[in-house]
Amino acid sequence: MRKDFLIKIVDNKLALASLIFITLLIITGLFAPLVSPNDPYLINLDEKLLSYSLKYPLGTDHLGRCVASRLIYGIRTTLFYSLFAMIITVFFGLILGLLASFFKLLRVVILRFCDIMLSFPSELMMLAIIGFLGTGIENIIIAAIISKVAWYTRMIYSFTLNHVNTNYIHFSKVIGIPSRTIIKKHLFPLILSDIIMLATLNVGSIILSISALSFLGLGVQAPTCEWGIMLNEAKELMSINPYMMLPPGLMILFVVLSFNILGDSIRDILDPTYNLKIKDNS
Amino acid sequence: MIRYIIKRVLLIIPLLLGVSIVCFILVNLNPSSPAEVTLRINNITVTPQAIEETKKELGLDKPLVQQYVQWIKNLLNADLGTSYETKQPVFDELIQALPVTIYLSFSAILLIAIFGFLIGVLCAVYENSYFDKLARVFIFTSAAMPSFWLALLLIWLFSLKFNIFPSSGLDGIKSIVLPAVTLAVAYISTFVRIIRNSLIQIKSSLFITYAKARGLNKFEILKHKIKNVINPFIVALAMSIPKLFAGTVIIENIFGLPGLGRLCVHAIFARDYPIIQSYILFIAILFIIFNLLADIWLQARDPRLRV
Repeated sequence: MRKDFLIKIVDNKLALASLIFITLLIITGLFAPLVSPNDPYLINLDEKLLSYSLKYPLGTDHLGRCVASRLIYGIRTTLFYSLFAMIITVFFGLILGLLASFFKLLRVVILRFCDIMLSFPSELMMLAIIGFLGTGIENIIIAAIISKVAWYTRMIYSFTLNHVNTNYIHFSKVIGIPSRTIIKKHLFPLILSDIIMLATLNVGSIILSISALSFLGLGVQAPTCEWGIMLNEAKELMSINPYMMLPPGLMILFVVLSFNILGDSIRDILDPTYNLKIKDNS
Repeated sequence: MIRYIIKRVLLIIPLLLGVSIVCFILVNLNPSSPAEVTLRINNITVTPQAIEETKKELGLDKPLVQQYVQWIKNLLNADLGTSYETKQPVFDELIQALPVTIYLSFSAILLIAIFGFLIGVLCAVYENSYFDKLARVFIFTSAAMPSFWLALLLIWLFSLKFNIFPSSGLDGIKSIVLPAVTLAVAYISTFVRIIRNSLIQIKSSLFITYAKARGLNKFEILKHKIKNVINPFIVALAMSIPKLFAGTVIIENIFGLPGLGRLCVHAIFARDYPIIQSYILFIAILFIIFNLLADIWLQARDPRLRV
């Protein structure tokens, strides 16, 4: 990766703010039991639907649970599971993409398979897999991985394609360096920043799908703290206490926004001409 | 041109086969067997003997390849199986729900086309003005907006507070406004970006310089520019129709519209596999067909691609 990469991100104030926000969230999520003011699962019907106070910074929900604590524990479900799904997807995409660019026989098989998988819109594929595997967080993660892996494979294959036909790779092949070493030493560092860009841009959409499915009752199941579930609970109380819709919704919005801003600025750094290109593959 | 079309049509046949195989395999992924689910749904006690009988009835006792061939044969006769739950033919259930989804998606497409185009052109004409910046903030936010949250906020504002639009159900044009707006907001950013960026990109092309040299006024020049960028816009719009169809799932559930998306989610809860399977197959085929049409249309409209 280029050395000035981080410097350029720091230069871009919006990107820096997003990076700090995401890092803070991850730390908060990791230390959730220490940071959260109350037990997120503690039901206390005497104190339901309270407004914000010192004891409950964001008030309480219809069961008297602390909204702030539920939000903080929700980082663990929504954000961490999304990141986890993203990492696994990148891993498989990387392997398949590299295999496709290095082995002619596998290329046809892998790329045709990608064509088939890409005929299903990814939201639909997730829904389908949930439909047949059943609801639950493991199945959501499996669904997120399967629905995105073809797209990653395609993108990583096209990244490597730019480098595979260069002279120094040909030279390395000619002097008998094994493919594994070429991939590890030459190819991987070159495409790493592209992959980071791709992954960052994608986390947002994974978060949106996980919370949307949980909102519909197809994903994470109550009483787990998850932002989509919190919104679903808020929906029922819309006429009594519309305020409950705000915290989880804003949380999802800001997290996805930060990932998108970060991903976009990484893309600008890697390819300053991107914004002038018509193609939009998101 | 005709040769190109034939070639493209022939190329999608293996793709269709692959898609159908994936749809077929998906059903066999599920941990509980369809026979068992059928029994459960109809409140019949699950015994090994009952399972055997249902398997025979559903043709599940044959080898997989044979099942697949039979399934394809049925598909070609527009027979998508029968719903486990209602015992109705799946084809009929889909046809019943389809108009609502079409109605919703095309209202959204209309909004996207009008507003995406207008905002995009205005952004490009007044590049870097306050309007442009504001629009870009809006676009960025709309892309990160969870559509179900937006739907809730709109319901709260327009149904509960001001009582202008109904919050759920399908009853005349008023009830489609909120769902269509929600759906459109989620997808509009791409289209504003396409129009804006391609207009800015061709700003310094030679034909624009020539048009300026001829002394054409600003409006005429803009017309020249738009003629050049409208094709990718329309193609992207056409290709987003299947995506919108898939995107209606959440919207239809929140607003209680009896369309395909609601049917599918209901089927997931009821474990009604034939319906889920047919729905997925339907959207995937739609996706492939629209891709094909977009390619052919581009080829026909843009002579530069034919060289």
